[in-house]
Amino acid sequence: MGHSAERDEADTNRRVEMTSGNLAFAEAMRQINPDVVAAYPITPSTEIPMRFAEYVANGDVDTRYVAVESEHSAITACVGASVAGGRVMTASSANGVALMHEIFPIAASFRAPIVFGLVNRSLGAPVNIHCDHSDSMPERDSGWVQIYCEDAQEVYDTVMLSVRLAEHPDVLTPVFVCQDGFITSHCYEPVEFLQDESVRQFVGTREPRYPLLDVDNPVSYGSFTMSEHYFEIKRNQIEGLNNVSRVYRELSDEYVALSGREYPMIDRYMTDDADYVVVIMSSATGVVKDVVDDLRREGVRAGCLRVRMYRPFPSGEVREALSGKKCVAVLDRSASPGGVAPLAAEIKSALYMSPDRVPVFDYIFGLGGRDFFPDDARRVFQDLMDMRYEDGARYIGLLEEDD
Amino acid sequence: MSRVKGGVSWRNTPPGTVTFGASAMEVETGLWRSMRPVLDLEKCVSCLKCWVQCPDASIMTDEDARVCGINEYFCKGCGVCQAVCPAGAISMRPESDFSDCGKVCEPDKVMQLVKNTGMVGELVGS
Ligand code: SF4
Ligand code: SF4
Repeated sequence: MGHSAERDEADTNRRVEMTSGNLAFAEAMRQINPDVVAAYPITPSTEIPMRFAEYVANGDVDTRYVAVESEHSAITACVGASVAGGRVMTASSANGVALMHEIFPIAASFRAPIVFGLVNRSLGAPVNIHCDHSDSMPERDSGWVQIYCEDAQEVYDTVMLSVRLAEHPDVLTPVFVCQDGFITSHCYEPVEFLQDESVRQFVGTREPRYPLLDVDNPVSYGSFTMSEHYFEIKRNQIEGLNNVSRVYRELSDEYVALSGREYPMIDRYMTDDADYVVVIMSSATGVVKDVVDDLRREGVRAGCLRVRMYRPFPSGEVREALSGKKCVAVLDRSASPGGVAPLAAEIKSALYMSPDRVPVFDYIFGLGGRDFFPDDARRVFQDLMDMRYEDGARYIGLLEEDD
Repeated sequence: MSRVKGGVSWRNTPPGTVTFGASAMEVETGLWRSMRPVLDLEKCVSCLKCWVQCPDASIMTDEDARVCGINEYFCKGCGVCQAVCPAGAISMRPESDFSDCGKVCEPDKVMQLVKNTGMVGELVGS
């Protein structure tokens, strides 16, 4: 990440730097220049508020940075600032996210369009700093949009899209921009940044509909509401999520014209003519894509489907991509103890209405940062090719007695 | 499946749990009521104790400031009025005794009632 003098020298839309997912997120924040950031650092998302605090201290942004005493306070301050009318961002991980849990549904109900850098890390106990999705998945019903990024470039671009998506009057819903802890957040890779001016033009300024600080048009947020209105408020809120796919497509078209980069809600890799498809999310996708390439060379019609947007879940797109396949494997990076893992549950639900039954095999992998190797992906494809169905989930890379 | 109430629907519900300024008059606390106060005007001496103590400003008065009825849109059935009445003019009866039990009042009519009492006319603002 260069200093501001170097940044100013770039006069095209193509500025490529070696950086990480966290620092790409922080750079996006610098360019967006939000009104308020309230954050409490936690590994592996720490670098986001840390780097951003430097921008604040150096006067690179005119954001009000609120240093709070806990994650619960961080998200609470964010909600207050957001309903006051500000553009607000924050970041957290793991048990920090869990501590914020109480406030997430309130933020969504208040239609507070916060953009949140969620750097996925396993939930304790045992304490573990590495990646899985057990922190974000419990928040799937909190009413937030959830987007899972594969690499640092995608993190950067998704922050830009998320600001517009969250604040769109038909959506008005907070967004989690998820990336895999350490794997994406800390590994360096080339990332192409937009010019500051292009970002400013793309994100514009927030135009809040009912800002709390508009004293000429006073409003209250979160008043007590019994059965006479609660249901209607919730249904109205759900419509914000229902509008996401339309609004997202419009924004994506606008962004591709600016950046040349496009991110559909699902990323189909050789799925069109595939017999066997592995469904996965986030950084582990690259491993599966590599194995798909190998299998294709061997004459196997393999494919990979990456689910990028998990909330709202693009059921229609998933059904269209997977209908007619011989069988499908879903790889979840979190479990739902006693139930079907979150991604597998959605995929099965989406496929329920497809004309022919598509067998779905469930796998759980990578908990607590357990490595996921090409051989693991290859074994999953082999299960599919052999139609080795098992009732319930299989665990990839787990130590077993007979191994 | 769906219910209709004064043109209100989930589509035109303001987003974000927003309520606008001075909107307390629209909150139908009457929905909370399981016991209904019944006023016997023959016994009432219009001492106004109930009017003072009612937490929901539900005791209605006429132009001479005499108690004349109870606003059921707001009355939540707490029974304070009955407890403070020195004349035994108020009795609390279960909602199920009434044929209009659970019926939703028309907010417009209620506002008119409130204005007619004269006591809170300024609050209503017109
Ligand atoms: S029951 Fe309670 S709310 Fe109703 S009129 Fe009496 S004091 Fe007021
Ligand atoms: S307290 Fe009883 S007597 Fe006094 S005004 Fe109320 S109803 Fe009438």
